[in-house]
Amino acid sequence: MKTTKNAKAATLNAGRRRFMTGAAGLTFGIAAGAPALQHLVAGAAEAATGSVRLNNWVTVFTDGTVAIMSPAAEMGQGSLTALPVIVADEMDADWSRVRIVAAPPNDKLYGNPAFRFLQYTAGSATVTGYFNNLRQFGAQVRYVLLDNAAQRWGVPLAEVVSEPGYAVHPRSGRRLSYGEIAAFAKVPAQAPEVTVEPVAKAQFRLIGKDLPRVDVAGKVNGSAQYSIDVQVPGMVYGAILREPVEGAAPEKIDDREARAIDGVLQIAPLKFGVGVIAQNPWAAFKAKKALKVTWSREATGWGFSNDKGYAQFAALAKDPNAKGVAWETQGDIAGAMGKAATVFEGEYRADYAYHAQMEPLNSVAAVTADGCEIWCGTQSQTVAVTAAAAALGIPEAKVKFNGMLLGGGFGRRGNRDVEFIVDSVLMSKAAGKPVKVMWTREDDLHNGRFRPLYVNRIRAGLDSQGKIVAWHHRVVSDRVLAFMDPVRYKESKGRDNIAMRGTELPTYDIAHRLAEGLQQDTGMRTAPLRAIGVGQNSFANEVFIDELAAKLGVDPVEFRILQLAGTPRAQRAKNAIEEVARMADWGRKRRGRGLGVAYLDYSGTQVAGIAEVSLARDGRIHVHDFWCVIDAGVAVQPDNIIAQTQSSIVYGLGLALTERIDIVDGAVKQSNFYDYHVPRMRDIPNIHIKLVQTRNHPTGAGQMATPLVPSAIANALFQLTGVRLRQQPLLPERVLHAMAEAGVSIA
Amino acid sequence: MSNITVTLTVNGKQQSVTAAPDTPLLWVLREQLKLTGTKFGCGVGQCGACTVHLNGEPTQSCLHALQDVAGKQVTTIEGLSPDTSHPLQKAWLAEQVPQCGYCQSGQIMRAAGLLKQNPRPTREEIVDYMSPNICRCGTYVRIARAIERAAGGGGVQS
Repeated sequence: MKTTKNAKAATLNAGRRRFMTGAAGLTFGIAAGAPALQHLVAGAAEAATGSVRLNNWVTVFTDGTVAIMSPAAEMGQGSLTALPVIVADEMDADWSRVRIVAAPPNDKLYGNPAFRFLQYTAGSATVTGYFNNLRQFGAQVRYVLLDNAAQRWGVPLAEVVSEPGYAVHPRSGRRLSYGEIAAFAKVPAQAPEVTVEPVAKAQFRLIGKDLPRVDVAGKVNGSAQYSIDVQVPGMVYGAILREPVEGAAPEKIDDREARAIDGVLQIAPLKFGVGVIAQNPWAAFKAKKALKVTWSREATGWGFSNDKGYAQFAALAKDPNAKGVAWETQGDIAGAMGKAATVFEGEYRADYAYHAQMEPLNSVAAVTADGCEIWCGTQSQTVAVTAAAAALGIPEAKVKFNGMLLGGGFGRRGNRDVEFIVDSVLMSKAAGKPVKVMWTREDDLHNGRFRPLYVNRIRAGLDSQGKIVAWHHRVVSDRVLAFMDPVRYKESKGRDNIAMRGTELPTYDIAHRLAEGLQQDTGMRTAPLRAIGVGQNSFANEVFIDELAAKLGVDPVEFRILQLAGTPRAQRAKNAIEEVARMADWGRKRRGRGLGVAYLDYSGTQVAGIAEVSLARDGRIHVHDFWCVIDAGVAVQPDNIIAQTQSSIVYGLGLALTERIDIVDGAVKQSNFYDYHVPRMRDIPNIHIKLVQTRNHPTGAGQMATPLVPSAIANALFQLTGVRLRQQPLLPERVLHAMAEAGVSIA
Repeated sequence: MSNITVTLTVNGKQQSVTAAPDTPLLWVLREQLKLTGTKFGCGVGQCGACTVHLNGEPTQSCLHALQDVAGKQVTTIEGLSPDTSHPLQKAWLAEQVPQCGYCQSGQIMRAAGLLKQNPRPTREEIVDYMSPNICRCGTYVRIARAIERAAGGGGVQS
């Protein structure tokens, strides 16, 4: 390894030094001795004194240890590891000496550029959002280390190269480890400006290798710590009976039975529900169950149901006088539609869907006269701190944050009000003791915040050659962004990116386009859910495209390729579609089976999928195989992208076939995994994934394949039966109903 | 309901615990004995996150009341091996199975039950046996591969 041949060439720009400001600025530290990382890991940055000199991203210790901050929340997607890999690659660190430290809450230092520097792990936007800055930071650290070595040796910096963990002077054969340099290094007050190689040409050393995720080891022996595992001295337990409909309040509380339960300490009425504090979780849960509460009827959501929502949304979707908020617009949609040779129209629907992260929501808080300490698994460290401070009316500086692993996120733990964290803060305040508030699975469903109900209507105008020239996609759904994040909604000018994402078509060559949203306040609780709006909007796009292909008598794979633009991005799309067709042996007909294809450009990531299905007499769709090609540009952790894609496909399978939430009189009908069915091992098809690594800026990987699954399955069912399903999930009764309507019987 | 005191053996160690008789074993393990590797997922025996071995058999600890486990032997993920050396744990690492990881203690304990009664399971037997346990991250492909790897490695014991 330690040969000059392997050395990282000096690409330093020694002549230019410029003061770097703001969030892009790097400071890094040099520390004597062995690292005292536990202070940093605990998130208590200010407590890490002594031998550790505090810094923003990197600390090099004299023993050779390199501590790298990771601002990402870890919920299984791997970015806690992937971000430090990017820094370590550019600084040419010896990965075996790298220790990853969870960054404390600080938007200014650790915010994701993709979210306007909010420290928020979501949207498969972590690696892609931080990538450029982290490469720059890594290169700056390397520059400073090599510069110090050059000065010590009295040689020009241009003659010094790096090998993993070393500065090397090939001409004299001298070498100094980063740890040795740390013993004498001077860190300039101003960060040097260093040019990194563009992605297309860069020689990566760690990026592209499969490095074990730092969080995995503790997850096979029970030692990994989630917030539900936290215990602090003097802690008691809380449970909360929440209002069944958002905004309702307890009017009458009968807590006699609850109070009689052994171990119950206190009943705490809240604005939105009734809290129970008990000596143990079981007593808290039993007491919650024993509460009898009458709720105020003022809330918007009372009386609502899926059927009411569909009726209201479908009428709006069809209403020529209704006008939505433009999400994406290009060309002259009205003119082009008027001139089109033929116009087709389709309507697509989706039920509410639930995250079902395995760890029911929970948090621990210890409120004292001096402030508050919280332990939680959150997708945004800073949002958690802000919400806790606001709940108590104290300055944010008085909130001590302990970030824990997340037992799944999928969008459920990034809402601005983080009610599942505020819960324990309020209960700890009421109890005067540290409290762990846990939601039961039933709470997690009944208080769920769902992917909204959707009615999508697409009109497409085609010219006489069968080319799509106009595309009007109208999305009527519950509002999401306004509910889940009023702060971002205010900045959005009414554009609900959570509901609308996926209506844009960056690679299909359609000159005249309008995607518009009519998001409704039905009073239902909503949230981003893995793949957000793309999950339904891409379903609508890709089933509709398939319908157009069928109407024109063109092969669905061929038809998609015909619609692609001539751009480099669309070329990647073409490669993905052609490759997945080859993998699935698309042209080969299978007896009793249907094949369906779907394609998607998801924030620049190109994904294409093919499902092979059969149909049982009871209307159940059986997915036998699923092929998928994903091109997310440079793959920082290739095997992890495969893992994430396997995961996205399984998640998409549940949404496609079984997962639905029913609203009855504004409240959630489903209660647990016996009536909300998520995929189990027996439901999983053979999954075949090909990762295509291209020299493009890395784009998202955490959820990209999810939207392909329902559309590919629906399209496969059409190939098999000639019947179209236009509503997620593709339930057996819906399949049977559609077949009966079409007069088709199951073979 | 007044508390009872029950003695049981957990990971080879005798433990005496006091709680309401209907308290699920799950909460005794997690909150009283601080063995938090066993997870709460659904509370009704639907997800398998709380799987432990009771007298050597995998079962969901949320379904067993304290009053029914007196004198029994319980093994949790913490007791599967002292140093993460169980063939399944090694295989889980080799296949990089866990994502969020929350269900994995339960998955491993269930898989250990399978290999104990069937050291060389077919893929179909694995799928059938493991289906009570939910993994919302959808790591099923890797769980199955890890079980096959552990089974192929020989020397499987719980």
